Amino acid sequence: MAVAKALSVREELVKERLGLTSNYAAAYAVKAVDVDVIAAYPITPQTTIIEKLAEFVANGEVDAEYIPVESEHSALSAVVGASAAGARVFTATAAQGLEFMHEVLHIASGLRLPIVMAVPGRALSAPISIHGDYQDIMNARDSGWIMLIASSAQEVYDSIIMAYRIAEDSRVLLPVMVSYDGFLMSHTTEPVEIYHEEYVRKFTPRNLSRYRLDPRSPITIGVIASPEWYYEIKYQAIHALKESKSVIKEIHGEFNKFFGTNYDIIEKYMVDDADYVLITYGGASSGNAKEAAKRARERGLRAGVVRIRLFRPFPTEELVNAIKDAKVIAVIDRALTPGNTYEGPVFSDVITALYSSGVEKPVVSVVHGISQRTMLADDFYNLYKMLDEYAKTGEYPRRTVFMGLRT
Amino acid sequence: MMKQLTWKDLPLGGYVLEPGNARKNLTGTWRTERPVIDQDACIRCRICWMYCPEPAILELKKPYTTKSGKKYDLTYEIDYDHCKGCGICAHECPVKAIKMVPEVGGG
Repeated sequence: MAVAKALSVREELVKERLGLTSNYAAAYAVKAVDVDVIAAYPITPQTTIIEKLAEFVANGEVDAEYIPVESEHSALSAVVGASAAGARVFTATAAQGLEFMHEVLHIASGLRLPIVMAVPGRALSAPISIHGDYQDIMNARDSGWIMLIASSAQEVYDSIIMAYRIAEDSRVLLPVMVSYDGFLMSHTTEPVEIYHEEYVRKFTPRNLSRYRLDPRSPITIGVIASPEWYYEIKYQAIHALKESKSVIKEIHGEFNKFFGTNYDIIEKYMVDDADYVLITYGGASSGNAKEAAKRARERGLRAGVVRIRLFRPFPTEELVNAIKDAKVIAVIDRALTPGNTYEGPVFSDVITALYSSGVEKPVVSVVHGISQRTMLADDFYNLYKMLDEYAKTGEYPRRTVFMGLRT
Repeated sequence: MMKQLTWKDLPLGGYVLEPGNARKNLTGTWRTERPVIDQDACIRCRICWMYCPEPAILELKKPYTTKSGKKYDLTYEIDYDHCKGCGICAHECPVKAIKMVPEVGGG
């Protein structure tokens, strides 16, 4: 019944089914929401997003001011200014570009500007790498942005549409980063159903009630705050980020109803009765994990996958609920937090989430796919076998497992 | 004593919603030296008014006749509530009509 209804909803909304990379899907979503200002600087693997958008603007298909700036620092600064003036804005970057933007990331969230940015993740220099992982994205995690991590080109397209609703909601007013796998998604063509723009625009009406720079009604944005004020103003943004989770869930619900989709802030795959759960994020690692879970199930292991779609604010309760009955869990990270007790950044987040709920579980930290080191479904299948072994012996590694590393 | 506002009371993102309220911030107490204008030496060139970063040089429609009998329609005075005592006016004055005088123990 529900499926039939969802299908009939999509029949009306879907304009066409195109073969798109995740980068092009991002550009098509930006086109559909009708932005006012785009500022960007090219960097692999992001460049094809802004190339496509430049084409849309040049062809008159997108009525936006397109600012080709001289650096990523300027790209984000330009959209900060435009957003403060009330414009709907977009930018995109990756890797060194995201690092170069870093100080402005904090300014965007501190000034509560509803900026939307796409980031296909890439490994950081040195050594120089243009290949994908999530180091750049993880380095941005404390900058106060809402962070979504998509796992398919369709999800990138849908997430960017959702991102504008989330960012501009008066209860939120925070920037949103939509990230995904560099190359493995950014440059891989998948079928994507794009919607008639009138429906997308109906779903993303502009919030005209937010404060903005306007000479007819002057205000000041970006003041210096003395120690008597800084802490309180910063806490407002911290509080808003934490509280945004319920709004994000609400908007996911509305989006699903409107577009006939089935998104949630975490994706659960065969988790309900699972003894062994792999927690991961992004397209390649979650796709491999699902394939591995299928193989493990065929061989009698009760395997499941949780994919973290909303990374900040962290889906603490949802995640703990999903894994509380599992026997052994592994968190697969495609990024590093060097020098920490465990080197997997999201592993630490999962442990913190469990700790907050008083749930004690054996959890294994796994790092894989660094600078796009090939991750095989078999690697993850072997992981399920390892978890099964750990459950039997009660012994499990108390340090990060570096999968795929030549030793 | 300013009321201690909580994070809930402050405007979103620390925005300042009331234009022109910097004048409520009295910065005159920052000063260690005060500029004093010699109205008889001043040639009303407006350079101090132009250079003052605050701005704390007031251009007043106040007629003044110098000791030598020269008549001016304008008088330049210092807004001591906001002058931080940076001394730029004294430095820039082409006729050395502005002196910086120590705030404490000075004459």
